[in-house]
Amino acid sequence: MAVNAQDAAPKAALLYDAKFRSILYQIITLVLLIGFIAFLATNTISNLEKRGIATGFEFLKHPAGFGVPFSLIEYSEASSYGRAFVVSVLNTLFVSACGIVLATILGFILGVARLSPNWIIARIATVYVEVIRNVPLLLQILFWYVGVLSALPTLRESINIGDSIFLNNRGFYTPLPIAEPGFMAIPIAFLIGIIATSLVSRWAKKRQEATGEQFPVFLTGTGLIIGLPVLAAIVTGFPWTMEYPVLKGFNFRGGFVLIPEFAALLFALTLYTAAFIGEIVRAGIQAVSHGQTEAAHALGIRPRPTMRLVIIPQAMRVIVPPLTSQYLNLTKNSSLAAAVGYPDLVHMFTGTVLNQTGQALECIGMMMLVYLTISLSISAFMNWYNARIALVER
Amino acid sequence: MSNVAEAGGTDQPQFTISSEVMVSMRGVHKWYGQFHVLKDINLTVNKGERIVICGPSGSGKSTLIRCINRLEEHQQGNIEVDGIELTNDVKKIDEVRREVGMVFQHFNLFPHLTVLENCALAPIWVRKMPRAEAEEIAMTYLDRVKIADQARKYPGQLSGGQQQRVAIARSLCMSPKIMLFDEPTSALDPEMIKEVLDVMVGLAEGGMTMACVTHEMGFARQVANRVIFMDGGEIIEENDPIEFFNNPRNERTQLFLSQILHH
Repeated sequence: MAVNAQDAAPKAALLYDAKFRSILYQIITLVLLIGFIAFLATNTISNLEKRGIATGFEFLKHPAGFGVPFSLIEYSEASSYGRAFVVSVLNTLFVSACGIVLATILGFILGVARLSPNWIIARIATVYVEVIRNVPLLLQILFWYVGVLSALPTLRESINIGDSIFLNNRGFYTPLPIAEPGFMAIPIAFLIGIIATSLVSRWAKKRQEATGEQFPVFLTGTGLIIGLPVLAAIVTGFPWTMEYPVLKGFNFRGGFVLIPEFAALLFALTLYTAAFIGEIVRAGIQAVSHGQTEAAHALGIRPRPTMRLVIIPQAMRVIVPPLTSQYLNLTKNSSLAAAVGYPDLVHMFTGTVLNQTGQALECIGMMMLVYLTISLSISAFMNWYNARIALVER
Repeated sequence: MSNVAEAGGTDQPQFTISSEVMVSMRGVHKWYGQFHVLKDINLTVNKGERIVICGPSGSGKSTLIRCINRLEEHQQGNIEVDGIELTNDVKKIDEVRREVGMVFQHFNLFPHLTVLENCALAPIWVRKMPRAEAEEIAMTYLDRVKIADQARKYPGQLSGGQQQRVAIARSLCMSPKIMLFDEPTSALDPEMIKEVLDVMVGLAEGGMTMACVTHEMGFARQVANRVIFMDGGEIIEENDPIEFFNNPRNERTQLFLSQILHH
């Protein structure tokens, strides 16, 4: 057949002309695509009309009328759907951000531990990674929620620490400081601590370049960032009152509460993603040839600075791209919150809001846009970082 | 083999060798698992000596010089470098490594740092030198290996010969008392071997104590004051270069020389 086609090549019919064919296929694809979209659109519009559902974002201004067990901002049943949307976005961002930070720290520790010359540490890290990586995330969330956290004592038998901290199967309750005049001095001192630390580290770098002496930046920085706010608190005479959680009726009132839904989701996301990050870090370190370590050692550079000055900077260029996708995974996996009822974007929007309003298109659309924005922001940042640490080859 | 070879052994420059001992190895044994890599090595290198170590592959010559700065651990015997005994004492290992320079077959430059930063890294972090001073020293040595004009480039932008010269300069920046070379020209294209050997000859003429694993017999003739032949983890023959090449005593040495000189 191939031979026949070749023989016919010079006087090929239009249908056998490669260029014509490729254009034809593209036109067919385009027509099908437009047709499909048009079909979906008309179908949706006629269905919406039939059911008498008004499209648009008017509903966001209407009162939501449902309560939320966990919110970072002021929210009540009288708040609007728009407010509920913000609450759910913040909840998603909050659990993702906590998860990313914790998973990164734990992941780096795991990655280095797996390469440890200490046999027991390396084995423990290996077992951890192999077990956690191979159990589905949803199962892990349910494990923490049903298996561990619900085994905590009931409300009446709460674990009570000094009548101010309580732990039971409804959550973890701590006192919440309520600001009084003069309280602002403390966050300001904290900010000053951060700024001072960055100045000190710059000064220490300059001094090292000028005199060769090294300065304990980490210790000084920790001291400044923690010490200054403490000092400010003492000077201003502790300008806050503690709001203690108090058992009233069927639950504790007042104070700060960490709900078990959040804890279960955060534990599972962190532990699960950390196992993957651990593998990425291990691969990154192993990708740096052993000759680099030997060269640094031969120059008299000790193991720790060798890791910091020579190995990690080279490992990072291998680590960062897959690390980005782990961050994206963690953020998107946070939507499994629906399984335990943590009020994240998916749970609140496809769950409660969509059911109450019927505004399916708007709800799903908004949700997709939010996830898209978060994901693209993370990957834009990581790409920028990756470009900054890339190697110059030629 | 290369141009250095033609210089021959006759017009070898005059070197001064002191009676001060730089490296002493006594009864050194090493095993990799069951494999006996080094068997009863006894070797003394005096200050100002230039030793060339040769032998077939797998004879333990690289392992031998890597024991001198403890990149490899020996299991039996005694190694002293500049009067410091190498044991498990981390402080002493650091002390020794600060005074011993090493050049590797595959250069092992740090690819994420510029040539200048490669050279200044150890003086800054080990000798606690101000950056300006460290860079000044780096430039001096980069100039000596004739590569100062590439100081701002990254290793990946240089040829093999240039990279190896940078690696030599990087070691020199720590002002070592002895330089170890582990087959420094084996990974190079033939036309780049000479530029690296020239730098090494210059170093020897400057009075540097050197221990060099190499198959460059021209270099050995011109520079070495002693040639050591190893086979199967043992030192088989130890002689001055003229005797070694013209009049090898051991059968295995004769066989080895006939193989590498007549190919």
